Amino acid sequence: MQPRLSLLTQDLIERIVDEAYQLLLKPGIKVQNDEARKLLADAGAQVDEETLVAKIPAQIVKAALNTVPRTFKLYDYDGNPTVEYGGDAVQFDPGSSGISVLDPDTLEQKTAETADLIRLLKVAEQIPQYAAQSTAVVCHDVPKEIHDLYRLYLVLLHSKKPIVTGAFSNRTVQFMIDMLAIMSGGLDNLREKPRAVFDVCPSPPLIWSNFGSGNLMVLARMGVPAEIVSMPLAGAAAPVTLLGAVTQHAAECLAGITIHQLAKAGSPIVWGGAPAIFDMRKGGTPMGAVETAMIDSSYAQVGKYLGVPTHAYMGATDSKRLDMQAGIESGVTAMIGALSGINMISGSGMLDFLLCHSAEKLVIDAEGVAMAQRMLEGMKIHTETLATGFYEGVNFKGGDFLKQKITMQLFQKEQHMPTEIIDRDSIRGWKAGGSLDTFDRAKIRVKQLLASYKRPELDPVQESQLHAFVLDLSKKAGVETLPVIDGFEFA
Amino acid sequence: MSEELYKEMAQSIIDGDSDISAELARKAVELKIHPLEAITNGFVVGVTYIGDQFGKGDAFLPELVMAGEAMKAAIAVLEPELLKLGESREMLGRVVLATVEGDIHEIGKTLVGTMLSASGFEVIDLGVDQPADKIIGKALEVNANLIGMSALLTTTMVRQREVIEELDKEGLRPRIKVMVGGAPITKDWVDKIKADGYSEDAIGAVKVAKELVGKA
Repeated sequence: MQPRLSLLTQDLIERIVDEAYQLLLKPGIKVQNDEARKLLADAGAQVDEETLVAKIPAQIVKAALNTVPRTFKLYDYDGNPTVEYGGDAVQFDPGSSGISVLDPDTLEQKTAETADLIRLLKVAEQIPQYAAQSTAVVCHDVPKEIHDLYRLYLVLLHSKKPIVTGAFSNRTVQFMIDMLAIMSGGLDNLREKPRAVFDVCPSPPLIWSNFGSGNLMVLARMGVPAEIVSMPLAGAAAPVTLLGAVTQHAAECLAGITIHQLAKAGSPIVWGGAPAIFDMRKGGTPMGAVETAMIDSSYAQVGKYLGVPTHAYMGATDSKRLDMQAGIESGVTAMIGALSGINMISGSGMLDFLLCHSAEKLVIDAEGVAMAQRMLEGMKIHTETLATGFYEGVNFKGGDFLKQKITMQLFQKEQHMPTEIIDRDSIRGWKAGGSLDTFDRAKIRVKQLLASYKRPELDPVQESQLHAFVLDLSKKAGVETLPVIDGFEFA
Repeated sequence: MSEELYKEMAQSIIDGDSDISAELARKAVELKIHPLEAITNGFVVGVTYIGDQFGKGDAFLPELVMAGEAMKAAIAVLEPELLKLGESREMLGRVVLATVEGDIHEIGKTLVGTMLSASGFEVIDLGVDQPADKIIGKALEVNANLIGMSALLTTTMVRQREVIEELDKEGLRPRIKVMVGGAPITKDWVDKIKADGYSEDAIGAVKVAKELVGKA
């Protein structure tokens, strides 16, 4: 039985939903996109064109909730459904949109470029704990106009996994859908077997920006899954109470879902977020705080209650190094996310308030994720008797159970076998191995993964089309060439 | 024909399947394959393979132990046949194993015994809580060329030194070599008590034992 963490009672969930509905009416939602406001007004919302505030009555929202798919899948390049949104499925992917990477040798944060994203992709591609890739960092060696889609371009060329991505403007979201369609062999194929989900962010408190609501409508109409990333900041851009933040999160998501479903009913959308408490000493947004994880866990419970697939940003740290703080925060929040049954948990690999990415952290986090995944499998009943059947031939000697066939058959089902990231050696073996700490071991593992990486075999025609498409956009942005990618030659 | 059978034999050890390894041993007897050839060309190949896999981290203790058990089952069938032929297996050496006095931990020591015997040593395992005179007495009685001693506790590892000192007093070394093992054992300790060898794990112990008897 999958163990489950529940921070909210049924009664409390209902109060949260009830107050969220109240927020949709008072103060209402500020919707900065003309078309979205029109959709809401046509559906019966009271819209003030001066303040841009829409007061959205419950019945419109409930109608939208009725048409939201309770489950959907993401597919890999080969068309296999490898990610499941909905129910209590739990999956992990690396965090998205970092702006720097942690240089493993200098320990400095370095502005991310093409080679850095490729390095992350190669590592994540080979780690089974990550069900999906993400457009992990922004590459600063290409024009700003193509920052968002260029990340997706690199992912598409280096990975077969499903992708968690997102656009940075209303103009580019369509380009990114076009790129996915190229690699899926057409828009119909993409719609039928979506390869990617797009993060779309409301702006706290209670604002759907022109860009956010614009993206929601495009994605809905194209039939490509959207993932709302609502980020109430408890104490600054949201009520200071955790329950208040969860309620604001619900209101922002409900408004987003309404706009989305009004654009195209039945399109897939996710109840997700990246909330945080507001740190009252430094003014930061601690992703590793337990209260942040509590907001995540709780809003996911609300999402489940409403029957919408869920997402959260967990498994990251605010530390600047891969130290104990990084381990505690990443591991604890990943475990809380898993126990909350959140469908997609993004954040692995990230440090420093989601600003910085690290391939070395990805391989370490994978072990925390593996622990969480083992935890989710729960206590398993493998045998008819729990213990009594094991004692035949056991002669009050330690080690007797090692000789049982059933031990060999079951030990790997009961025990997760960690990689060498986790040290379980004796002090002598550890010293003989060079007295390496976690970070040292992670550096070695990353090197191994980079050496063993093989670029997936993709259709060369699709690859050239994709390349031409992105090169054209780069030229329009005033830059004639794209950075050279090792091992690639495009006709 | 026998090539196929040898492969199956090796595989039965790798699979840790005592029923099949014993059955293949009987089949070898029926086919009049020389028991020593069955052991060397068949079963031992499996033990070596699983030992290598373990060393690389690709096999785990249950596989190792089951391989040892499967080896034991095959030998149990082949050894009497060998005696019937008036021959015996040339063993790599004769080892007396024990956990030292005051210490009752034996999982590691038993593993070492399993792997030593699977690798061609004759192993006499005295069990746990064995005082120095018992260990030495047995070694003399069976004319052992190796003593292996285990200790899990820092409080009992000192007993390893007692055995070595006693052996030296009686002038029994270097005729009898001593290897030690156990969680608290360090290289420093081994040097300090002048033991002949030690190892981190059961596979390493086989290597050390082979070196000590000059059969590496």
